[in-house]
Amino acid sequence: MKLNRRDFIKISGATAAGIAVSGLGFDLTPVKSHAGMLKTRYAKETTTICCYCAVGCGAIVHTSKRGDGRVINIEGDPDHVINQGALCSKGSAIKQLTENKNRLTEPMYRAPYSDKWQTVSWDWALNTIANRVKKTRDMNFEKTNAKGQTVNRTTRIASVGSAAMDNEECWIYQALMRSLGLVYIEHQARI
Amino acid sequence: MTNHWIDIKNSDCILIMGSNAAENHPISFKYVTQAMEKGAKLISVDPRFTRTSSKADIYASLRSGTDIAFLGGMIKYLLDNNLYNKEYTAAYTNAPFIVGKAFGFKDGLFSGYKKNEEGPAMGSYDKSKWAFEMDDKGVPKMDRTLKHKRSVFQLMKTHYSRYDLDMVSKVTGTPKKDLLKVYKTFTETGATGKAGTIMYAMGWTQHTVGTQIIRTMAMIQLLLGNMGVAGGGVNALRGESNVQGSTDHCLLWHIWPGYLKTPRASNESLAAYNTKWTPKTNDPLSANWWGNYPKYSVSMLKSFFGKAATKSNQFGYNWLPKVDDGKAYSWFDIFDAMYKGNIKGFFAWGQNPACSGSNASKVRKAMENLDWLVNVNIFDNETGSFWKGPGKDPSKIRTEVFMLPAAVSVEKEGSITNSGRWMQWRYQGPKPLGNSRPDGDIIMELGHLIKKEYETSGGVFQEPIVNLKWDYETNGAYDPHKAAKEINGYFTKDVTVKGKLCKKGTLVPSFAWLQADGSTSSGNWLYCNSYTEKGNMSARRSKKDAPNKIGLYPEFAWCWPVNRRIIYNRASVDPKGRPWDKKDWVIKFAGDEKDGKYVSKKWIGDVPDGGWYPLENPDGSKRKDAKYPFIMQKHGHGQIFGPGRADGPFPEHYEPLESPIEKNYFSSHRVSPTAVVYATKIDAHATCDPRFPFVGTTYRVSEHWQTGLMTRPQEWLMELQPNMFVEMSEELAKLRGIKNGERVKVTSIRASVECTAIVTKRFKPFKVGHATVHQVGVPWHYGWRWPATGTEESANLLTPPAGDPNTRIPETKAFMVNVTKL
Repeated sequence: MKLNRRDFIKISGATAAGIAVSGLGFDLTPVKSHAGMLKTRYAKETTTICCYCAVGCGAIVHTSKRGDGRVINIEGDPDHVINQGALCSKGSAIKQLTENKNRLTEPMYRAPYSDKWQTVSWDWALNTIANRVKKTRDMNFEKTNAKGQTVNRTTRIASVGSAAMDNEECWIYQALMRSLGLVYIEHQARI
Repeated sequence: MTNHWIDIKNSDCILIMGSNAAENHPISFKYVTQAMEKGAKLISVDPRFTRTSSKADIYASLRSGTDIAFLGGMIKYLLDNNLYNKEYTAAYTNAPFIVGKAFGFKDGLFSGYKKNEEGPAMGSYDKSKWAFEMDDKGVPKMDRTLKHKRSVFQLMKTHYSRYDLDMVSKVTGTPKKDLLKVYKTFTETGATGKAGTIMYAMGWTQHTVGTQIIRTMAMIQLLLGNMGVAGGGVNALRGESNVQGSTDHCLLWHIWPGYLKTPRASNESLAAYNTKWTPKTNDPLSANWWGNYPKYSVSMLKSFFGKAATKSNQFGYNWLPKVDDGKAYSWFDIFDAMYKGNIKGFFAWGQNPACSGSNASKVRKAMENLDWLVNVNIFDNETGSFWKGPGKDPSKIRTEVFMLPAAVSVEKEGSITNSGRWMQWRYQGPKPLGNSRPDGDIIMELGHLIKKEYETSGGVFQEPIVNLKWDYETNGAYDPHKAAKEINGYFTKDVTVKGKLCKKGTLVPSFAWLQADGSTSSGNWLYCNSYTEKGNMSARRSKKDAPNKIGLYPEFAWCWPVNRRIIYNRASVDPKGRPWDKKDWVIKFAGDEKDGKYVSKKWIGDVPDGGWYPLENPDGSKRKDAKYPFIMQKHGHGQIFGPGRADGPFPEHYEPLESPIEKNYFSSHRVSPTAVVYATKIDAHATCDPRFPFVGTTYRVSEHWQTGLMTRPQEWLMELQPNMFVEMSEELAKLRGIKNGERVKVTSIRASVECTAIVTKRFKPFKVGHATVHQVGVPWHYGWRWPATGTEESANLLTPPAGDPNTRIPETKAFMVNVTKL
C-alpha cells in the first residue's frame, strides 16, 4: 500500500488515540478523537496560498460546514512543493486575519467636515461613487493636450492598489480604470 | 526572479544583500539551508547584523546607500584576477560590442548630460551618445576577443579601475578584509559548472540609484556566467503575495498588461504606436522576441473591447488614454499633483498610502485636497480615516470618504503569482465575513453602475466605457475563471495558425499563436498558456519533477512565460547546446546528429527559451538557423552595457540625497545627476546637517507586514511585536545616554516619530573616510490607527522626497536622522 504523507498522518493519528488509554491511566479517547476528526469530518477543506510575502506558501483552510460556517483552522500544506507544510509567524496567523473582530463588515461613509463614520448600504455607496466618478471625469476630461495631440484622459482622478488583489481582479480593475481615462494608476510595486 | 524559490537549493554560493531573507521571506531559508547542507557558502552583506547574517559563512557590513561602490569593487576584482567566465562573457553578453565614439565618462558624468532646471528630475541624458557602432548591415560591431579599446569589456574595465579596495572601503565603511572575503568567495562561481545567486529586495531598490545597484549585480552575474543556470540568476524577493501578478498586469502608469508601453501622445495611431515600440534587428541570429509586439498589443485591445474592437477603429486604440511624452505619472507624482490640488478623486484600493508613501506627511496633507476618496480594505486604516488622524481637524476637511469592506483571500477564488513567477490558484473557504465582498465583485458592480450612467444619460467621450467588455460573471456574480480565460485569450474567429485549424471561441494554447489582425484576444500575452483547452494550469498539483531533477516541478501550478521555470535558460548551455553544469543541468540539446552536424531539433529539461538549434554544430561549425540566448534583448546578448537606462550605461556610485558625507569620493557629483527630487515646501531634505547626524534606514520584522495593516489588528502578532522601535549600536546609545527599552524620538527634517530604543551589537559604527558614522534602523510597520493608543507611528513620516530616475521608487533605505531622549 502506497501512502502519501497526509494519509500517513490520518492513520498514525488514529493509532495514537487508541494507545492513549493505557499510557496515561485515564481515558482521553473521546476528547482526542473529537479533536482528530474536527477538521475533516465537520469541515470543508480548501487549499490556499499565503496572503503575505511572495514566497507563495501553500496552506489548508478548514471551514465549518455547520453553524456559522467560519474558519476552524489554517495550517501549512504538507503537499505544497515549496513550503512542504511550514509557515512563518504571519502565515500561521491567517486564521486570526480572517476571524477578526476588527474587520470592516459594512460599507461606511464620512460626509464632508464630519467627525464620524456612518454605515451605509452597498447600493448607496456604489451608486454614489459611480456618480462622483462620472462627474469628476466628465468635468475634467482632456481630449487633447497642450500640443493638440489626442490624449483622451483625465488627470483629476488617481488610483493606487493593489498587490493584495488576485490576478484576475488586477486585470479587470486596470481595464476599468483605463477605460475611464485614468493615467495616474500606481500600486505597491512602485514603492 | 529569473529563477525560483526551490532553485536556490542548486546554488554553490548565495549572496543575500539588500534583503533579509531569514526574517522577511522565512520559508525561502528552507532552500538556502538545503544548499548549505550540500556545501554552498552563504554571504550576508547588510548595514545590520540580521538573522540572515547569523546563519552566514561570511558577514560584511556596509553603510546604507553604498552598494554600487561595494559591487563595483567586485567587478574590478574579478576582472583584475581573470575570474570572469571568458567563454560565456564573449559568446552571450554584449561585452564584445563596440561602443560609438560619442560615448564618454568624466568626473561622474556620462556624455550627453543636460541639467533640468524645472525638476523634479535633476537632469537627463541624450542616450543616443551611448549607441553601439553598427556594421554596414546594421548589426552591432563586435570583437569577441574583447580587446578593442572601445569594446564594452574594455570600457567597463576602465570604468571600474577606480573602484579599488581602499576607495571602496573608504566609501562603504566595510573593512578591506571583509570586502576581499566576499569578492573571493562569490567570484569562485565564475568557474564553469558553478552557480552563484543573489537574493535582494527593497534594500537595493529603494535608493536614488536603485536600478543601477541591481544592474551592477546583473553585470557580475553575466561576467560569472551565472544567468540562466540552476542555482544562479538575479532574484528579487518580492514582498507581497501578488505583487508579481499585479506588476505583470500593470497596475502602473507606464505599462499595459504584459509590459507593453502605455501610449505616448506622440503615438497618434495604432500603427505609429506599434512601430515605435517594436524593436528591430538586422541580425539574423537575434530572436528579438519583442518583434512580436503588435500581436500582443492588438490581442490586448481585443480583450478590452471585444467585438467593438475592429480593424477600422484601430481596435479601440484611441479609446485608451495617452500620457504626455517625457512626463512621469508615478506614485510620487500623484501625491505631488494631489498636494498641489490637481487631483480631485482618488481610489486607495487595497493599499494604505498614508503609511506606505515616502514623506507620508505630504500624502496625508494631499488627501485633504480631494473631493472624494474611495478606500477599499479589510480593516479601517490611516488612509481611510486620515481626516481624524494626528494633527487633523475634521471640521476643516471637506473630503468625502467611502470605506468599502473587502473579503480576505481565503474567502474568495482566484490566482496569485509568487516571486518565482508561479501562478497559483486559491479556493474559497468561508464566505466573506458580514457584508464584506471580494474585490472582484466590487469592481464588477462599480463597472456596471458606471457603464449604466453613461448608457442612460450619456457623457463625455463615452465610447471606451460603453464598449468595455464587461462579462466576467456567472449568475450575476464575479467569476474569476472567466477573467482568467480572457487574460489567457481566445480565438475570435476560425483561423489556421501553424497549419492547425483553431476554432472560434476556443482558448489560445500559447502566445506563439497570437495574431495582430484581431483574430485572437489575450488580456496579457505573458499569461497566454495559463488557462487553455486543457484546463486551468495554475491549479495543477503534481509533485513529479522534470527529468533533470533540479526541483522545477513543471506540473505544479504554472509559471510565465509558457511554464518556463528558469528564464534565459538557453544561456545554461554552451554554444553546442551542452549544459555548462553537467550535474544540475536546466536544458540540454537532444536532437539527432549526423557527420558532426545536428539534423533534428529537440531540447529536454525545462521549457527552453526558444526551441531553435544551438549556435554551433558538434563539429564547431556555426549554424545560420540558431538564435542567441537572451531573446528578449534586441541584439540577443545579456547587457553588461545598458544604454537604455536613464542614469548611464554603467552603474556609478553617488551618495544618497541625504548622506553623512559632503563629498562623493568618486566624483564631484555628490548625488546622482539624474535623481528625482520633489520641491514643494513640505518636501524638505537635509544633508550633512549637524541637526541630523545619523544615517537612518527602514526594514521589516517577521511578525509584521508592510504598513502593518494586515498584522497590527491581530492579537498574536501584536503581542510579539507591539511597538515602533529604533535599533542602534551600543556606541550610539552611550553617546546619547540612551538605555535599552527607553522611549526616544527619531527625527528627520520632515518629522519626528516616537520609538522604543533597542540597543544592540547588531549595529556598529562605520569608518567612512576619517569620520565615524552611526546608523540606526526603524521598522515601517506602524501607524496611528492600530494599536489604539495612537502612539506608534509610521517610519515613512521620516523618509525623503527623492527617487530613482528610472523607476521613481523612493529612497527610503538611506536618509539622515537624529535620535534623542524623550
